[in-house]
Amino acid sequence: MITVQREVFDTGAEIRKMTADRTDIGAVVSFTGLVRDFNEGKGVQALTLEHYPGMTEKQLAKIEEEANRRWRLQGSLIIHRYGRMEVSEPIVLVVTASAHRGDAFAAAEFLMDWLKTQAPFWKLEEDPDGSTDWVSERQSDLEAANKWQQSD
Amino acid sequence: MKILYFAWLRSAIGMPEETINLPEGVRSLHQLIEWQKGRGPAFEKAFADMDTIRIAVNQEYITDDITLTGNEEIAFFPPVTGG
Repeated sequence: MITVQREVFDTGAEIRKMTADRTDIGAVVSFTGLVRDFNEGKGVQALTLEHYPGMTEKQLAKIEEEANRRWRLQGSLIIHRYGRMEVSEPIVLVVTASAHRGDAFAAAEFLMDWLKTQAPFWKLEEDPDGSTDWVSERQSDLEAANKWQQSD
Repeated sequence: MKILYFAWLRSAIGMPEETINLPEGVRSLHQLIEWQKGRGPAFEKAFADMDTIRIAVNQEYITDDITLTGNEEIAFFPPVTGG
């Protein structure tokens, strides 16, 4: 399931929803991305996430479909927020469920690595002095996404 | 066609989107980019280095040159930084 929303999400509630009344799930993996107070050696007090409504949902759905094609998953969920968020607020949630841990672990990492380079979101960083800067693409994110293509 | 701009491209160009008719002489994405560069200093500067720009046509990433009909939704934006 894909959700793009402005509101804060509750990781625990999302996991409980996914596993409620299920007896075939043996493993649940979740990743939550948070706003941290530094980036590239600079202080950060808030982020504003811009996205491309329509394409965002399309790209996230494609990425989720690909994860379900590669691994045996009993459930998958991506929630990505947009708008302004302050330090320590959650930005993104990925939850995967499978019978055994291997598939859930791998799929969760894949979903994060791919969405970082495919989903049309952009971060605008606010420094403690109030000035803003668009965040640049990271080489390490590209490498993380590429490793899944090679193992294909 | 609808043209969308995001993140620093939106700020540089000064608008999030516009609707235009396919300009005369423009039949491909590559030609559209060249046309964009000729629309004044802000466009020329924003489109100067195409390595810093990603393109989506009808909400799918496009890296090759394609033919345009004039009915497309074309988005120009910097490399994505979500997650």
